[in-house]
Amino acid sequence: MELMDVSLLGWSRAQFALTSMYHWLFVPLTLGLGVIMSIMETLYVRTGNEEWKKATKFWMTLFGVNFAIGVATGIILEFEFGTNWSNYSWFVGDIFGAPLAIEAILAFFMEATFISIMFFGWKKVGKKFHLASTWLTVLGATISALWILVANAWMQYPVGMEFNPDTVRNEMIDFWSILLSPVAINKFFHTVISGWVLGGLFVVGVSSWFLLKKREVDFALKSLKVGAIFGLISTLLVAFTGDGSAYNVTQRQPMKLAAMEGLYEGKTGAGLVAFGILNPNKKAYNDSVEPFLFKVEIPSMLSILGNRDAKSFVPGIANILDGGYQTKNGIAMSFTEKQTRGKAAIQSLADYQKTVAAKDTAAAAMHKAKLKENYAQFGYGYIDKATDMIPNVPTVFYSFHIMVMLGMYFILLFAVLLFFINGGKIEKTKWLLWVALFSIPLGYVAGELGWVVAEVGRQPWAIQDVLPLKAAISNISGYSVVITFFLFLILFSALLVAEIRIMLKQIQKGPEAH
Amino acid sequence: MITYSFLQHYWWFLISLLGGILAFLLFVQGGQTLLFSLSKTEDEKRLLVNALGRKWEFTFTTLVTFGGAFFASFPLFYSTSFGGAYWVWMLILFCFIIQAVSYEFQSKPGNVYGAKTYRSFLFINGLLGTFLIGAAIATFFTGSDFVVNKANITQQLAPVISSWGNEWHGLDALFTVRNWTLGIAVFFLSRSLALLFFVNRLNNEVLEARSRKFLWYNAIPFVVFFLIFVIWTLLSEGFAVDPTTGVVSMEKYKYFSNFIEMPIVLVLFLLGVVSVLAGVIGTWITPKFKGGIWFAGIGTVVTVCSLLLTAGYNNTAYYPATPSLQSSLTIYNSSSSFFTLNAMSIVSLFIPVVLVYITIAWRAMEKKRIDIEDVNGDDHAY
Ligand code: HDD
Ligand code: HEM
Ligand code: HEM
Repeated sequence: MELMDVSLLGWSRAQFALTSMYHWLFVPLTLGLGVIMSIMETLYVRTGNEEWKKATKFWMTLFGVNFAIGVATGIILEFEFGTNWSNYSWFVGDIFGAPLAIEAILAFFMEATFISIMFFGWKKVGKKFHLASTWLTVLGATISALWILVANAWMQYPVGMEFNPDTVRNEMIDFWSILLSPVAINKFFHTVISGWVLGGLFVVGVSSWFLLKKREVDFALKSLKVGAIFGLISTLLVAFTGDGSAYNVTQRQPMKLAAMEGLYEGKTGAGLVAFGILNPNKKAYNDSVEPFLFKVEIPSMLSILGNRDAKSFVPGIANILDGGYQTKNGIAMSFTEKQTRGKAAIQSLADYQKTVAAKDTAAAAMHKAKLKENYAQFGYGYIDKATDMIPNVPTVFYSFHIMVMLGMYFILLFAVLLFFINGGKIEKTKWLLWVALFSIPLGYVAGELGWVVAEVGRQPWAIQDVLPLKAAISNISGYSVVITFFLFLILFSALLVAEIRIMLKQIQKGPEAH
Repeated sequence: MITYSFLQHYWWFLISLLGGILAFLLFVQGGQTLLFSLSKTEDEKRLLVNALGRKWEFTFTTLVTFGGAFFASFPLFYSTSFGGAYWVWMLILFCFIIQAVSYEFQSKPGNVYGAKTYRSFLFINGLLGTFLIGAAIATFFTGSDFVVNKANITQQLAPVISSWGNEWHGLDALFTVRNWTLGIAVFFLSRSLALLFFVNRLNNEVLEARSRKFLWYNAIPFVVFFLIFVIWTLLSEGFAVDPTTGVVSMEKYKYFSNFIEMPIVLVLFLLGVVSVLAGVIGTWITPKFKGGIWFAGIGTVVTVCSLLLTAGYNNTAYYPATPSLQSSLTIYNSSSSFFTLNAMSIVSLFIPVVLVYITIAWRAMEKKRIDIEDVNGDDHAY
């Protein structure tokens, strides 16, 4: 094979980021609105109050429009692992394929089956059957989130596998440790619940619009209340699980954490940056330029959150590259040492293959043992230089801080809304209704930024420490990917425009029309 | 005893079965290509859209499952074919992306591009989707130009193990006439199945009569092209694997011998074909008979499944590489590990549960045939 086309990697990344971020525009609303409309239908079945049925149907229509485009953007993601990350698909497919298949078998069919009862079955099946179908649709969506997040968590924290030099790939040896990895569990809750937050914001925002227009007041007040309670609980849970995410990152992806916090030089009793502006003149991790123009720090907080110990040491970017500090598993290796071991591992694999071909079993066994010894650093063998190890710090830093600030803001928003709802004055509190309406986009922003933190912060790895992106790609020309990138950009944007307009029209029609 | 080889065969069976189910469910796509010709009035068109619209998710989900299951059980195929035949798969995906929104969006106010655009999306999906999937599956018998070299992993500057042999990246499948014959056959099959579906589901005399009439010019080309493909394949050389050395070589009448050496598969294949024909012919000759879709549908599942079994079983390379024969993929050299196949097999035990709830749901929803009153009276109608 000739040398890799240099632009290929960049465009493949851009395409994956584009398509996954489009998918994520629709998935959280499916997850969140789904739960809310199921709650409303439950209230309808319990109370027999037709108003709840009207509300359920209204939100369900919006769910349907959003769902369709979520499905459209999802299929491409699944196949992109093959089309654009073909080496990845072989190297870890033995582990990674399983969750995708299970997702399809266990979750997508459930959704596809019950969604048709949910939409078309109002007059065909009994009330309880219908209610069960609605919940099962949402359960299906949530289970699909579970499996894909297990897959993603495994990329951040690969467990339950072993490298097989004969098949030249990683193979699964422990299914449960993959499914029950602490990263997977936390990621599932944080991500799904972040969808609930968006659902809450959406319902609250749209209901506020009805109140501002003085239309459908009864419906709007009912929805507003459900949305605000649900939203407040969800946001508190998101903050709680977000802390779990940050803890996991500190423990398992220290470089990502360092980028999230703009931490170049590690500290014991490190502080958490509550707010900060990075210094654009900082060009290299080891120049002596101050990383921040300005920052507000909470003392020792990073050590507490990251290690659950106020006096603990949190390594910065420079420490991680230079090594030599104490970790739970001994003294940290420097980048150079990891790179040397990685190259040795790759060399051992090559030697192993040669000796097996030459039927020299003794030599083969020796190379195999050497490979095993250095396998933990295998991926480092593909990395050229230390600076390739640093993800884009400003992107990760700002994304993380904006997400957290928005999380805090949502707690406040929902709490204030509930306060006014309980006081019975919400209809007259115009400013708050406007604020709620304009907070809908912020929910999307927080979610997308969360993914940017998780995915950009993981660079240069496709799978942490095992496979860097440049070894994960397909052997196609960069031009092909440029073309598909723009095709996706145009197609998805065109569909998004249509989706937004349809949603707005449906909202304008209001629940009476349903 | 569950051996590795048993699991590899089991998973190839599941893939073949999924392929068969997918081929049957492509009737949705076939129906989409009939939207403009079969219906004359707007009401008729809406009726067709809504009859198909309640089924499209299943076809779509089956396609996704087919991909996911293939990934989990034969990852080397996933990596080699999708990453190599980039353009064919991308085109197929585009056809399905535009389908997914079209039902939901086409009748909604504010959809920006108008109902006509979304309906032409459905048409494109039906036309290209069926043809390209057929042509891509035909390469299981005709071969593709790729090389797999696992030792590349140790080439730090160019570690990709699978490469396509030409710049067409999959579009080269269209240079082979035999691939066209299967593509065209699948296209006409999906239309025939759609017509049988309409005969069965619609409570509309005009459309039913028209569907019966249309069946002629869809079933006959299907049979012709399918026979050309099958006979051509049976008479051609096939890709045989030596079970002990793994060496791939060309063998005369390989697929024919596969049928002879696996009589059960042969019987299934013939029963499947007869069942498809019975469904079609029965619908022609008895004007009251509405059950043709069941015969033709189940027949399609069985026929396609057994055809795929001959591509993978009996020491055959199911994804042959020409000219670099030794890169060909077999169920042995491309599968997941024993552990993974085993774990996935346990998951596959849930498939009957899935089938049961699908049946319950369909029963509940399909008590009566659909007519235009149904569509007009349903506030979620497409
Ligand atoms: C409404 C959306 C939303 C809100 C308000 C928050 N998050 Fe979040 N966050 C997400 C939506 C999200 C997400 C989209 O769900 C991500 C992307 C990847 C993931 O696992 O979840 C995420 C990722 C993510 C990560 C990276 C995980 C990784 O790299 O694997 C961390 C450390 C946090 N979050 C922490 C927080 C904290 C401390 C919050 C304080 C309130 C917070 N998030 C609010
Ligand atoms: C739907 C939510 C997701 C979003 C918004 C998202 C976002 C992103 C972004 C922004 C990148 C680009 C990073 C960069 O190039 O610097 C990326 C890359 C990637 N993500 Fe995700 N991601 C999502 C889910 C997932 C999941 C669930 C997986 C795996 C199961 C995954 C696997 C990957 C892979 C393989 C890349 C490779 C390209 C790269 O890292 O640059 N992503 N993603
Ligand atoms: C990059 C990795 C991802 C892949 C390969 C992927 C794949 C898919 C596919 C193929 C579909 C269509 C299913 C159908 O046929 O009905 C889909 C829909 C869906 N996906 Fe994803 N997905 C990814 C990321 C995510 C993430 C991170 C989540 C949630 C946390 C998620 C949740 C969902 C949900 C809820 C649906 C249902 C439809 C909707 O989007 O509204 N997906 N996904």
